[in-house]
Formats: sequence, structure tokens, C-alpha cells
Amino acid sequence: MSLIIGVPREVFAGEKRVATVPEVVEKLVKLGFRVIVESGAGDAANCSDETYKAAGAEIADNAATLWASSDIVFKVRGPNAEEVGLLREGGTLISFIWPAQNPELMQQLAAKKATVLAIDSLPRQLSRAQKMDALTSMAGISGYRAVIEAANAFGRFFNGQMTAAGKVPPAKVFIAGAGVAGLAAIGTAANLGAIVRANDTRAEVADQVKSLGGEFVKVDYEEEGSGGGGYAKVMSEGFQQAQREMYAKQAKEVDIIITTALIPGKPAPKLITAEMVKSMKPGSVIVDMAAEQGGNCELTEPGQAVVKHGVTIIGYTDLPSRLAKQSSTLYANNLLRLTEELCKTKDGIINVNMEDDAIRGLTVIKEGEITWPAPPPKIAATPAPAASAAPAPAAKKAAHGHGGSGEPMPTGKMAMLIAVAAAMFWLIGAYAPAAFLGHFTVFVLACFVGYMVVWNVSPSLHTPLMSVTNAVSSIIAIGALVQIAPPFTADISRPDGIIRWVAVVAIALATINMFGGFAVTRRMLEMFRK
Amino acid sequence: MSASLATVSYLGATILFILCLGGLSNQETARRGNLYGIIGMAVAVLATVFGPRVGAAGLPWIIGAMVVGGAIGLYAARVVQMTQMPELVALMHSLVGLAACLVGFASYIDTSIAFTGAEKTIHEVEIYVGILIGAITFSGSIIAFGKLSGKIGGKPVLLPGRHFINLIGLLIVIYYGREFLHAHTIAQGMMPLIVMTVIALAFGVHMVMAIGGADMPVVVSMLNSYSGWAAAATGFMLENDLLIVTGALVGSSGAILSYIMCNAMNRNFISVIAGGFGSDGSAPAKPASGAEPAGEVTPVSATETAELLGEAKNVIIVPGYGMAVAQAQHTVNEITKLLREKGVNVRFGIHPVAGRMPGHMNVLLAEAKVPYDIVFEMDELNEDFPDTDVAMVIGANDIVNPAAQEDPTSPIAGMPVLEVWKAKTSIVMKRSMASGYAGVDNPLFYKDNNRMLFGDAKKMLDEVLVALKG
Repeated sequence: MSLIIGVPREVFAGEKRVATVPEVVEKLVKLGFRVIVESGAGDAANCSDETYKAAGAEIADNAATLWASSDIVFKVRGPNAEEVGLLREGGTLISFIWPAQNPELMQQLAAKKATVLAIDSLPRQLSRAQKMDALTSMAGISGYRAVIEAANAFGRFFNGQMTAAGKVPPAKVFIAGAGVAGLAAIGTAANLGAIVRANDTRAEVADQVKSLGGEFVKVDYEEEGSGGGGYAKVMSEGFQQAQREMYAKQAKEVDIIITTALIPGKPAPKLITAEMVKSMKPGSVIVDMAAEQGGNCELTEPGQAVVKHGVTIIGYTDLPSRLAKQSSTLYANNLLRLTEELCKTKDGIINVNMEDDAIRGLTVIKEGEITWPAPPPKIAATPAPAASAAPAPAAKKAAHGHGGSGEPMPTGKMAMLIAVAAAMFWLIGAYAPAAFLGHFTVFVLACFVGYMVVWNVSPSLHTPLMSVTNAVSSIIAIGALVQIAPPFTADISRPDGIIRWVAVVAIALATINMFGGFAVTRRMLEMFRK
Repeated sequence: MSASLATVSYLGATILFILCLGGLSNQETARRGNLYGIIGMAVAVLATVFGPRVGAAGLPWIIGAMVVGGAIGLYAARVVQMTQMPELVALMHSLVGLAACLVGFASYIDTSIAFTGAEKTIHEVEIYVGILIGAITFSGSIIAFGKLSGKIGGKPVLLPGRHFINLIGLLIVIYYGREFLHAHTIAQGMMPLIVMTVIALAFGVHMVMAIGGADMPVVVSMLNSYSGWAAAATGFMLENDLLIVTGALVGSSGAILSYIMCNAMNRNFISVIAGGFGSDGSAPAKPASGAEPAGEVTPVSATETAELLGEAKNVIIVPGYGMAVAQAQHTVNEITKLLREKGVNVRFGIHPVAGRMPGHMNVLLAEAKVPYDIVFEMDELNEDFPDTDVAMVIGANDIVNPAAQEDPTSPIAGMPVLEVWKAKTSIVMKRSMASGYAGVDNPLFYKDNNRMLFGDAKKMLDEVLVALKG
């Protein structure tokens, strides 16, 4: 028996997103689920009922039917009281919940014996949870949209131009907070041609800011602001003072400020005071992306765009919804990944496995029992330093791997080698006859020549090198050749017959090698073409 | 031809051999290098045959032996598949070893060369050592050939107390060496010589049997080195400088290759020869630190692979022995061509020990006509993986194992590897989840950005090719 996934129309005023899109419906059906979509659910996100039907979904005429027939409900916004009433006893709900801010909702859902997965409670530090991270995908969209809203309200170009009609200076944009949303905003604004500056209490994001074309503005105060789980923490008073000075300075210089500063479970920090707004140039724009949590600017009015002291302050709280198609698609994909995790058997049945760190974190209510907040995941959040330290010596070794004798040997080892070599040479010099010494000289020098020559061989030619040296080593045939019939054998008795046969065999063997080796090397080298 | 003329010819041949090896320093001059080698060999052989030490009576024998040998050699070179190169090279090493043995024996029973005193001792030591090296090379190469061609299992065969056995063997060899030097007649000396040869043969077998398949590049290059030393020893024995020089060239080249291969695996030569990768009793097959890779793999279909490749800007292909086994190099080339036409930057990353002999992968790719300027060594492109969209691993395992860098308890810890997991997506083509020759599980398979394409490399790549064309 396969479960039914229901996707109702979002009832929150102005919410245009929908929890799944037709492309994802297809994949959900492949996982073995039946999908029912409320009529008109995707209209605002350009997904008509017909496209859902074509993708394999059924259409429910009204919300009541849909909620009644669904085993699992996918939603974007948390349900309102009426929707909770519609939720089937013991059903499953997946949506944004924000359990910390909505204790009442949690109680209502628990009373329904529901299982609730809050997509906002995902343990984001698990790398394998990233594919389900709807907060990130929504934040990215918000960051993009914030810049677009700012551009809309701003009376000038973003990029600097030299036109026949005069010089246009580039817009200066300051972005407070370089999280996902902030980084998306930096990239978007930089792509539009603006001069982008950004600040974050977490010093480690400076490189990310630079990589997107922004300039990182430091606060002149030493304190590390990473608060675990990738979020920022509340900073000390001294730091905040220094930060305020920096913001005040930026406010006077820039045309656009986009603020994204959030601290989990706390009201947004007030970064931009009324004084700073007054000091800005007329026509400037502030986009306050933290409006829903009270705003980073003192003058923000959540959900509104207002003009105060000649500055447009945009406090929209529905930025992702303003890009409904895009955000619906990404959100639907996040939920699809989550469904895959829940349904590893691909048979349309979900298993809320509380042993799985990611699932455990997401599940805020399990069969009517509140399980939020989840214990921190077992895996340490920052294994990074250890991992990055390890490759360094390995890389160094690799560099030494060929290219050869670049690094000099340690002195002690070298001295020992020289001592051993000297002792050996002395022994040979003391006891060996002169004739041998001549050959020995040749031998040692040849070893060195070989050493010097072979280091230059390109690694891609190692196989041809082996086959050619193999062919060359068939020079041993010379040894057999001189044995076969020395011209002066008359006076000394010599077992001619045996030697001849042995030598003939040796010659034949060596010749196989000689011809075979050179021929096969030739064949190989023919293949090396540009 | 006078003795002086022969000596001068030998000198010329020596120079030609050095030029031959030097020519291999890059692809443009490599063909010329091979030609130098051929000319050098011809000069050396002709100078000897028509030189003062070969009588006219020997000519028919020489010509007969060379015609037969040459025909067999040329035939073998023509029919060998490029994937069988390692076997062929190993087999050829055995021939050199055997020839060295024969020359040694013939030299010993040759009474026409009489020495006295220290010279006699040195001559006999040379014979003894020459036969020893020749016999080890011979039997070792035969076993290596058997392992490479699959006639003998690739797993290391370890006798209990193998180091002890080797030590006993060495002591016996030294003892009989003494006996041999003290022998007054040839008949007396023959016995120690034969005993030593048998022990050397057994030692060669034992040594290579104990070495695992992944260490084969080291073994092949080591045997290459031995065949050179055997020739050099023969040169001392016969007082022939040409043999000494050439043997030394080959010997040192093989030694350097072995060194490079060992470095590429972060292992020292002794431990490779001592044998048994990941099969020592103490080897941490299951690391106690809980570093066991956990999680699950994400399989991917050939069509999805084609999509990933088609959408990528930068692709790095990492081939391994699996590509050689499946003979997939031609399909790889087709895919490469297609992607390059679409403007995808395709490159190949070759690990020094990929395959079963040094440079094995380069030869296979060259056979499939992959342009060599897009084939890179590990060090040349390891830094580029973070900018790579898709890294495709074809039939390789240990050389892309992140455990080498991340898990200090891993048996392959510290071995330089291709960092494919740093690419945006990596695709591993493999027949099953089995571990590589090192017997180490590969955490790469469980990484989030890794996809597994299960199946025979050739068949899967064919499907990818069809999907790319469609």
C-alpha cells in the first residue's frame, strides 16, 4: 500500500509558493507515492492543474478533501488553526514550523497525534543534510530578490558608465551579514556592476565575500563571532560599539544597504539607527531582510516599503514568495530529497528513522509526542582543521615523487652513504686486480649516466622506457656470441659442443627480446600523437 | 675487423644507447630514441660477429639462432594487445634472465679462458653472481607474467616464516659460493653452482608470489632493473665493457622506476619486496578508531552520467586498471572527442601506479588515440579538482581513496592520491562495491557528491556514449 502525499494551496495572505512542482511530482510517483494537489495550488507559481495532472498527480477540488485523503502533507508555511483542524489524526506534516516561535501550534499538532517534520529544524551542519536544506535555498533566493528590489527602488544605474550624456558613477552597495542570503546578494549586486562591500562578525567568511566580487569590511575590534552551526552569536559591547561606528561610516558613503543579520531564536540586532538613515544620501535604499524578526534597521516596517528621511526602506517579509516559481522548484526539490531519505525502500512507505541524525533533527513531533529540540548530532561540526592539515605533507611528498633529486638528502644520511661508499671503494681498490678496476670504473660511471638520463624521462613514457630498456638488455646476446666459436680453440681442450648449443639457445632467447622489444616500443610510440 | 675497430664500434653503440634512453624524455623525440636503440644494437651485434672473438665457424649457428629468435620476437610484438603489455614485458625479462644464466654456465665450463689467483676468484665470483641474478630474474619474471596474465591468482601468497626462509636461502647461497670458489675442477664446482641456481630460482618464485597485484608496477620495474644487472654481471664475467655499460644503464633505469613507483604509493622498497599489501597479520583491515566509512552510496544511471558530463565545463577522467581489463579505452576516447566538440574541457589524470606497470594508462590512452597533451600526471592537475565539475573514475579505487589523506590508521595512509572528491561531482565506475587491491574500503563512495555507476566499464561507457549522442 502506498501512501498519499497531499499538497494544499498555501492560505497565508500573499504567499505564492507551492510545496511541490510538476517535475518533482513525477519523481515522487517514481518513489511509489500517490500525489494529490489542491486545485489552484500552483497557480501563483505558474504551475497549472493540467501540468500537475500530466506529471501524474491527482487534483482535489478543495482543501477539505485534500487534507482528508492525505497521509503526508507537504506545505511551505506552517499550518494555521483551521488547517491543523483539517489534518488527519496521526497524519504526517512536512513544512516550515519554527517550533521555538510557535509553541501553540506545536501543542495543537501534538494533540492531533501527528508526526511533524519541521524543515527549518534540519541539522544544517551535517553535510549530507545540505540537499534538504530549504533555509539555504530560500535564503539564496531572498538575497537575489533583495538586490532586485533595491535596484527597483534606486533611481540610478548599478554599474558605472561613460556615456555621451555624461559619466555615471557606479552604485555602492553595503551588505551586512554574509550568510547564504548575504552572499547571494553580494554576487547579484556585483554582477549588476555595483561596488559591493560586506561585513560579517564571522571573520572566516571574508574569503567567500572576496570570491563573489565583494570587498570585506572589517570591524576594528578583535573578537570571533562564530556561534556554532554556521550561525553568528551575540557580540560583546565593545565590539558592538566598534561595529556601530563602522556602520555609521558606511551609511554616509554608500547608496544601498542590504541587511541580513539574524541570530537564531533572538530578535534581529538593530544595526542601522535612525541617525544613520538620516545621514544617508537622499534616494538611497535600505533592504531589511531581517524584517520578520523585527528588522536590522530601527525604522523598518515589516512587510512594507516606506520612505523616511528621503531613504526608501524595504521591509518585505515575502522575498522568496516574490520569486514564486524559482523558490517553489527549489523547495520542492528539498522536500524530494527529504522524502528519498524517509523512503529508502522506494515503495511509497516512509520510515521516520530516529537513529538517523538528519531525520532526528527534523522531526519535532513524533506520533503526538513533542521531540523538539533534538540533541546535537553526534558528529563534530568542525572536522575541517584536521582534514586540511593532513593533505599538506602528502602533497609535499608527491612533489618529491618524481622530478627527482630536487630535495637534498639529510646531511647525516648523506654522510653515512658516503662513508659506506668510501669503505667499499677502498676494499675494491685494495684487493681487486687492475683489469677489474678498469671495468669497475666503467660500470660505476654508467650507473650515474643512467641515473641522470632516466630522471628526465616523462612519466607517460614509462612503459615505452621499460620495453626499450628491456630490448637494450638483450645486449646479453653479445656474451653468447663471443662464446659460440672463439677462433683460437685448437690448442686448448674445450667442450665445444655443449657450449655451442647453450650459446645458440641464449642467442635465440636474447634475439626474441631484441627484436620483440624494439618492435613493440616502436608500435607503442607510433600511438603517441598530439 | 680488428680489435680496436670492434672497441670503437662498442663505444659508438654505448653512446647510441644513452641517446636512446635520453630520447624518451618527451613524446616528440621518443621515436628517434627508439631508432637510436635499434642502430646501437645492430652496431654492437655486427661488431661482435665480425670482430676478433668470433670465428667463421660460428656464423651459421649465429644466423640460425637469430633468425628464429627474431621471427618469434617480431611476431609477438605484432600480435600483443596493448592491454597485455605488462605481461609481455615481464615475459621478456625472463628471457634475459635465462640467457644470462646460460651464458654464465657456458662461461664456467669454457676451459679456454684460464685465470689464476685473484683474477680467477673474481672471474668466478662474477659467474656466480651473474647466474644468481639471472636465475632470480628468470623465475621472478615468469611468476610476474603468470600473475599479470591472470594465470596465477593476484593475491599475495605468504608462506609462514617467509623472511626466515629467505634468510636460510641466502646463507646457503653464500656457503655454496665459498665451496664454488674452492673447487679445483669444473666437475667439483658444478654441484654448488647448480644448487645455488635452484635456490635462486626458488627465491625468485617466492619473492614475486608474496607481492600483491597492486604492487606489480614496482615488481615489473624491479625485474627490469635485475635484467640489467644480470647483463652487467655477464659483462664483468666476459670482460666486455659494452655489456657492463648497457647493463648498468638498464639496471639504474629500472631502479629509478621502482623508486618512483614506491614513492607514488608512499611505501619503501623493502616493504614492497617483503610483500603482502594489507595482508600482514597486523594490518588494520578494520580500523578500531571508528573511521569505518559509513553511509550509503548514490547510484547513478548511464543516462544521468551523460547528462552530468554534457552539462559540465571541466571534466577530469581518472582511469585505472578496470579500464584496461574492460578494454574501454576506445570508448573513452569517443566520449572525450564528443565532449571536446561540445566545448567541454576534458583532461585525464594519471596516477603513477595506475594499472599494472609504470605508464600503463598512458599507453592505453595513446592506443585509443587520445591526444597526449590532455593527459596529465597527478601532480599537474591535483590542484584543479575544486574547479572541476565532473571527475569520472573508471575502474580505479585505491589511487582515489581519500582515506590515504584523512585516516592515519589506513594501510594506505600517506599515499599520494588523486583528489577527485574535491570536484563538484565525482562519478565512480565500478563493477561492484568490492575494495581494491589494497583491501581498503573507500570512503569516497560514501561522499555526498559522489555517484556510483555500477557495471562493466566498457558496457556502461558505451551506454553513456549513446546517451551523449542522442
